[in-house]
Amino acid sequence: MDPPPAIELRGLVRRFGERTVLRDVSASVPAGATLAVLGRNGAGKSTLLRILATLLRPHAGEVRVLGEALPARAFAVRARLGLLGHDPLLYRDLSGRENLTYHARLHGVAIARVEDVLEAVGMRERADEPVRLLSRGMVQRLAVCRVILHRPSVLLLDEPLANLDPAATQLVAPLIGRASGATRILTSHDPQAALAEADLVLGLEGGRAAFLTEPGRVDREAVGRLYA
Amino acid sequence: MREERAPGSWRTTITVLRKDLLLELRGLETVPAMVLFALATLVVFHFGLNRDTVDGQLAAGVLTATLLFAAMLGINRLFVAEREQGGFDAFLLAPVDRSALLVAKALALFVFLAVLEVIAVPAFGLLLLGTSLGPPLLGLIAMLLLGDVALAVIGTLVSAIAVHTRARDLIGPIIGLPLLMPALIALARGIGPLLAVHGSSWPPARWVLILALYDVVFALLAYAVFDFLLED
Repeated sequence: MDPPPAIELRGLVRRFGERTVLRDVSASVPAGATLAVLGRNGAGKSTLLRILATLLRPHAGEVRVLGEALPARAFAVRARLGLLGHDPLLYRDLSGRENLTYHARLHGVAIARVEDVLEAVGMRERADEPVRLLSRGMVQRLAVCRVILHRPSVLLLDEPLANLDPAATQLVAPLIGRASGATRILTSHDPQAALAEADLVLGLEGGRAAFLTEPGRVDREAVGRLYA
Repeated sequence: MREERAPGSWRTTITVLRKDLLLELRGLETVPAMVLFALATLVVFHFGLNRDTVDGQLAAGVLTATLLFAAMLGINRLFVAEREQGGFDAFLLAPVDRSALLVAKALALFVFLAVLEVIAVPAFGLLLLGTSLGPPLLGLIAMLLLGDVALAVIGTLVSAIAVHTRARDLIGPIIGLPLLMPALIALARGIGPLLAVHGSSWPPARWVLILALYDVVFALLAYAVFDFLLED
């Protein structure tokens, strides 16, 4: 018998007021696999990630993460999720170390782990500076630290390498890449980069699933239409 | 090494409170503004009433109004960092009891109000009060602390509602002032006799009980509804 999928969506619908942002989206992601979600701005990628992160409620359909139904069992999965979105979720007047210590305490993680993740992204030297004084790339590295601090089983990554230079990308990529061993949902405006990382590809067009397939079977024209 | 379970409510409360106090120490945005506003209000009362001193119920009204106006500044700013810097999402992503955010924010506001009063009440004594603060000091502190609980609990609840709206600077006072009115009346009536010439040293029990009861009722109400305010 196949193991249950880490993430399962069935007929997912989400509206904001009159506007339907996700319509009847279904997908299944095995544990340890990477799903790349492609689509232009406003296609519903970030909304999908926020629903999976338990920050938004679906209006219809079924969502299961790590076998737990959302939103009813949201509390049970939060400890095992990591969301890296457009906002780093860091307080600008606190230092990187203070921010990460705060997150470590919220997640019940030993404070020593903060030093490990800072070391991993090459930010120990700058960790005592207020976040508002750091470059966007450095803030993104701290955001990655926040996400991996509690060793999540599911990584929800919205443009994770944005603002990072090649050197920083090399440091960060293994932490949130395939080597992390986590199930990953990845969005990117760069379809080629996303396809290279993915085991499955979901194309979103106007909130609908235009296709869900393996990267090798992706119709290049269909991808082109998503961004047209 | 990772600990096996999520932090308890009290530990989460302390974590959020510590972060809020640290943010205020770094930014000095809220408490100095509250103190400045209170001092300016006392000066306006001093000249507006055209009296060198006030006492009794008039003094209680002046002090209560001054503290209320200053408190509204703190209430309006209570969730600003959470809204502008992603603090809400960060908290909601953690496997913690959401009520801890209510308790931590109410405690932070309570601390801000206490610091405000440490400066504003002596200033009130110097600028306006026609009687000594010495004899009724304990009773005054007790009533102010009960008033602070009402301001902190209702203020946190209102601020959590207002922060998600577009007109948040208006919504806070519009919802908050009517809800706070009974507590403020009890506070003013309670401290009036303390500030009278040859007044009593302890507030009337009736107003102490009313204020305490109001605190308890709103603390329970806030605890019951706060989770729903954090839902999308």
